[in-house]
Amino acid sequence: MQMPPRIKMPERAPDIRNKDFKQVNTGYTAEESVAEAKRCLQCPNSSCVKGCPVEINIPGFIKKLAEGNAPAAIEILKEKNNLPAVCGRVCPQETQCEKHCILAKKGESIAIGNLERYAADFKLQSLPHCSGEAAKAEKNSQFSTLNSKLPLKVAVVGSGPAGLACAGDLAKLGYDVTVFESLHDTGGVLRYGIPEFRLPKKVLDSEIDYLKNLGVRFVLNTLIGRTKTVKRLFDEGYKAVFVGVGAGLPIFLGVEGENLNHVYSANEFLVRVNLMRAYEFPKYDTPVYKGKNVVVVGGGNTAMDSARTALRLGAQSVKLVYRRSENEMPARLEERIHAKEEGVEFITLTNPVKFIAGQNRCVAGAECVKMELGEPDASGRRRPKKIENSNFIIESDMVVLALGLNPNPVLASLTDGLNTDKDGYIEIDENFMTSLNGVFAGGDIAGGDTVIQAMGMGKKSAKNIHEYLQRFL
Amino acid sequence: MFKIVSREVVGPNLISLRIYAPQIAESARAGQFVIFRIDEFGERVPLTIAGADAQTGLVRIIFQTIGKTTFKLALLNAGDCIRDFAGPFGTPTEIKKYGVVAAVAGGVGAAEVLPVINALKQSENKVIAITGARCKDLLILEEEIKAASDEFLVSTNDGSCGVRGIVTDVLKNVFNSQKIDMVYAIGPVPMMQAVADITKEKNIKTLVSLNPIMVDGTGMCGSCRVTVGGKTKFVCVDGPEFDGHLINWNELISRLALFKDAEKTALEEFKKSGQHHPECKCRQE
Repeated sequence: MQMPPRIKMPERAPDIRNKDFKQVNTGYTAEESVAEAKRCLQCPNSSCVKGCPVEINIPGFIKKLAEGNAPAAIEILKEKNNLPAVCGRVCPQETQCEKHCILAKKGESIAIGNLERYAADFKLQSLPHCSGEAAKAEKNSQFSTLNSKLPLKVAVVGSGPAGLACAGDLAKLGYDVTVFESLHDTGGVLRYGIPEFRLPKKVLDSEIDYLKNLGVRFVLNTLIGRTKTVKRLFDEGYKAVFVGVGAGLPIFLGVEGENLNHVYSANEFLVRVNLMRAYEFPKYDTPVYKGKNVVVVGGGNTAMDSARTALRLGAQSVKLVYRRSENEMPARLEERIHAKEEGVEFITLTNPVKFIAGQNRCVAGAECVKMELGEPDASGRRRPKKIENSNFIIESDMVVLALGLNPNPVLASLTDGLNTDKDGYIEIDENFMTSLNGVFAGGDIAGGDTVIQAMGMGKKSAKNIHEYLQRFL
Repeated sequence: MFKIVSREVVGPNLISLRIYAPQIAESARAGQFVIFRIDEFGERVPLTIAGADAQTGLVRIIFQTIGKTTFKLALLNAGDCIRDFAGPFGTPTEIKKYGVVAAVAGGVGAAEVLPVINALKQSENKVIAITGARCKDLLILEEEIKAASDEFLVSTNDGSCGVRGIVTDVLKNVFNSQKIDMVYAIGPVPMMQAVADITKEKNIKTLVSLNPIMVDGTGMCGSCRVTVGGKTKFVCVDGPEFDGHLINWNELISRLALFKDAEKTALEEFKKSGQHHPECKCRQE
């Protein structure tokens, strides 16, 4: 039988959208969501669920959408996922749920991410104040029978995807949850890293409002370790602590000229633009440099976000330099396609070896070498090797380095007895507990990688924290 | 929101605020800093903590009006609030018994050196405080520094108070009269660099407190990176204090000028916007 093709998500035209920060994908209409949902075969032994790190009942919610019942679909989604409007937008579905869809073998998989987003957005848009009411109702009916008489305090450190997932599940179980965040706003990478054109901050705010209505409290401007210690949290009566502080420390190449002016880490560039809204300078006070010829180094989502952001700030050319080939790029397929459509030029099998100084110690170019792929490394990806004497120069007045992140060392270095491995990741056991009794960890700081992986680890931690806390009841 | 409990003008364009932030007041150690943001449109700006009192929960900051944010902050009075106030950030000063310490401060650095002097005194050091300014009117906190230190020396460029000249002239005189075990310097970059140059010849351990551009202040962006002994360091987590003899000063100076044009634009727009800057007296109380 010939399957109908996947319903494409409507998008704004590349040469229009690359000049502003508004959302690229405009989302399914009601009719499109029903048509796409009807393509689902409703497999009894659904393999798509195995590809989802938080094990959403995918056929279940899609069935409701096929029936045109978005409110019922969102109920099913929220059983497993506290942030579906985020995940529908930022998960790399092609390597997770959609990869395992049976339809992918013969044609195109179900657009699970697009449908998840449709259901979540439907809820947020149609009933702007309802998500809060729904959260309260949900808390009262399903979850809080156990601890409602004896609320135990749990501290969650970090309000990124891992912390939000953990906090949401603990609140649903009836615990008294407080999230501590070092920045002045919530969301971690969802706020400062992922740009508005991929994840509108209003959508993120709505998702976080849902958690607030579940009873989760947020305390901002608090760097655990410095503002107060983990020990102090226990002194204040918290019975368990979840550490989800992420991998915030940008990696630099360690090559000559890296500290020249207008060489930035992607974190700095994106924090200025996303968190501080520097693209609206001088309405907002934080400035950002608007490079004319920008080189972005890296091949992950952060590199794509940086390159596309530079274009939107008015760059004439944006070149993405990556040391492997496009096959090895970790960025989401959709973002790679979007980046190219918008005018980002990919220069693969290339790596910078030096940044060249122009006037006033400003960067004037990147000296690069060509690379070739050798044997597979530990991660299974073929290891890139330099080709000798292949040096060439890319002229550039701005460089953004998106080379990945190391675990943030602040909390671990200021917490006695909290063990880390040789790379600085917090060590956890099979129950997500660290070397300190009652202290759990998940997300990037414990070796996670993507948003959804961090959320999965946050959820599993919540389950284990719940079991651990039984001793206090 | 963080409430401004008191406001004093301590010198021309120099303002001292005490802000209610009990958690920071309790945890702050000498040498650390805070990051503040005035309102939802604001930028994040670092300021060294000039004093912290765990009993009252007050944190003191002293700043000079230079650009848009400091002009905006100067408009606020006791009773007003600022939106965000986070810290204490950075590694505290390494406080131990050094012996005789010369604590050198230039300009608004005089405010920032106070907690360090107090901590050094508690560890039984003899502290010679040296502060400098262009003229007598720009000297700040003289009484407090004098009370905190064993000796107090002053320089002014015009000779209106203390030695005519700059702090390094005073420091050279001190070297001639007694043995100094450690020098601590905080102030404008050229002043810290000049201090480090002098002490390097004499091989005296010198700590400087660096002031690069920062955004988050928690180590996640590297905006504040400097080269120390050939290695890249993040001032917000590895510092702000480093061995003054190992700093790449030219790099620091050029990186400080990164957003000069934007800073100018922001200040001009702000002045045009009709909000009154602190020198203007027509503002209603």
